[in-house]
Amino acid sequence: MSHVSLKPKSGLPNPLQWLGRAALGMMAEIGRLSVFAAQMSWAGLTPRWYPAQIFRQMVAIGFYSLPVVGLSAVFIGAALALNIYTGGARYGAEQFVPNIVVLGITRELGVTITGLMLAGRVSAGIAAEIGAMRVTEQIDALKTLSANPFRYLYAPRFIAGILTLPLLVLVADIIGVMGGWAVSVYGLGFDSTTYLRNTLDFVTRNDILVGVIKAVFFGGIIALMGCYHGDKSSAGATGVGRAATFAMVGAAVLILAVNYVLSSIFVGIGL
Amino acid sequence: MTQHLLQLSGVTKSFGSNHVLRGVDIDVAPGKSLVVLGGSGSGKSVILKNTLGLMTPDAGKIYFDGKDVTRDQGKARDAMRARIGMLFQSAALFDSLTIWENVAFRLLNADGMKRKDAKEHAIATMKQVRLGSDVADLTPAEISGGMQKRVGLARAIASKPDLIFFDEPTTGLDPITADAINDLIIEQTKALGAAAVSITHDMASARKIADEIAFLFDGKIIWRGPAADIDHSGNEYVDQFVNGRAEGPIQPAL
Repeated sequence: MSHVSLKPKSGLPNPLQWLGRAALGMMAEIGRLSVFAAQMSWAGLTPRWYPAQIFRQMVAIGFYSLPVVGLSAVFIGAALALNIYTGGARYGAEQFVPNIVVLGITRELGVTITGLMLAGRVSAGIAAEIGAMRVTEQIDALKTLSANPFRYLYAPRFIAGILTLPLLVLVADIIGVMGGWAVSVYGLGFDSTTYLRNTLDFVTRNDILVGVIKAVFFGGIIALMGCYHGDKSSAGATGVGRAATFAMVGAAVLILAVNYVLSSIFVGIGL
Repeated sequence: MTQHLLQLSGVTKSFGSNHVLRGVDIDVAPGKSLVVLGGSGSGKSVILKNTLGLMTPDAGKIYFDGKDVTRDQGKARDAMRARIGMLFQSAALFDSLTIWENVAFRLLNADGMKRKDAKEHAIATMKQVRLGSDVADLTPAEISGGMQKRVGLARAIASKPDLIFFDEPTTGLDPITADAINDLIIEQTKALGAAAVSITHDMASARKIADEIAFLFDGKIIWRGPAADIDHSGNEYVDQFVNGRAEGPIQPAL
């Protein structure tokens, strides 16, 4: 039987071999992440639950994220109003600023910015905390004390993520719209009452619902990526730091990808 | 015939091409204290992790109280762990919980004890390891390394286990604190009537707490005998280790 070597004579790695190895590695990682997600979801959806842990995580993920979410939303709303005003002026359509601001904030920017900010603040934090617990044997200690880490550590973060993200997004929506209102009224000469009336007349329940549904998915992604990368963190400060970085980057990319998929579905079904 | 509380038979474990355990046979009877000696990286901790189900052996059998627990999962594994206490090398206390919540962790989360009762039980257990109630509401970061070890010991004995594992119990402690920890280990295991398996490379600790000593080298137990015989084992590997010589059949882990 003839043997075909993929290694070129120069000794450099064969690009096909490299590509194949990278593809296999990626598939294996997706498989591991899927199994972890299934285990975490199962632990989150079935008893036994730890209410005190869930409450603690809701405070950590939800309450302590309010400042960063609020600040991000107000600036995004303000910048959006300015840009829409500038673009609309080309067609004499400046009056549509309140409509487009509220549409953009509720369906897209409020939830995306909240998701991305929490990918940085929460997902990386979860990864660092769980990674530190892994390398200091605290997760082994949990098991020896008959506590399942999926139920005691990961599920409370998952539940807290999917419960608090929608609430944070509602806050971001309100603050984002108010950012647009402030710039429009105090910088662009809009009448305050007219701006707010146009906003409330234009926005529909579905616009808000789209953001809230996306937030449920984003909350799950943020918790999943933090817990997954923390759980497989290698020893030492470098390992924990790397886990935090991977969690943040992974959560951010996954949020943007899922955002596109969900937007496509919502447009398709007319939501 | 002595009924062993714990028995490992031909346990092997490899990590890739690194064959850490190559057929470990150890056993411990109820109420007895076995110390496993061995150099850094010899696989002492791997023995404990396999026994507790934190790792699964590649081959061999592990029996606890006469029952094969090698591949137990779920409730069967929890039932076994409920009878075992573990003091980790780094104490492995939960940062986000107070000292008393650490000590009472199993009582609160696995046994369903009420918080008020669990706190009283935790404070009583802390007294047994010479910790006052004034530290009960502190967090692990607010106490010293020696105190953390004592909290870890209190957590290990809080549910009155039949078997206690001690993973390097005196590592990182000054000699006086280490001796105090050794005294507590002896006192508490005797009070409970529990068996103990300790892994260490601290000879002073081994001499003090062991009834028997086993020596792990190259993935196997190459010598075992009463603690009193450790200085005249007739085994050149044990002699080199006990006397702390760089020259000899064991190569330093550099």
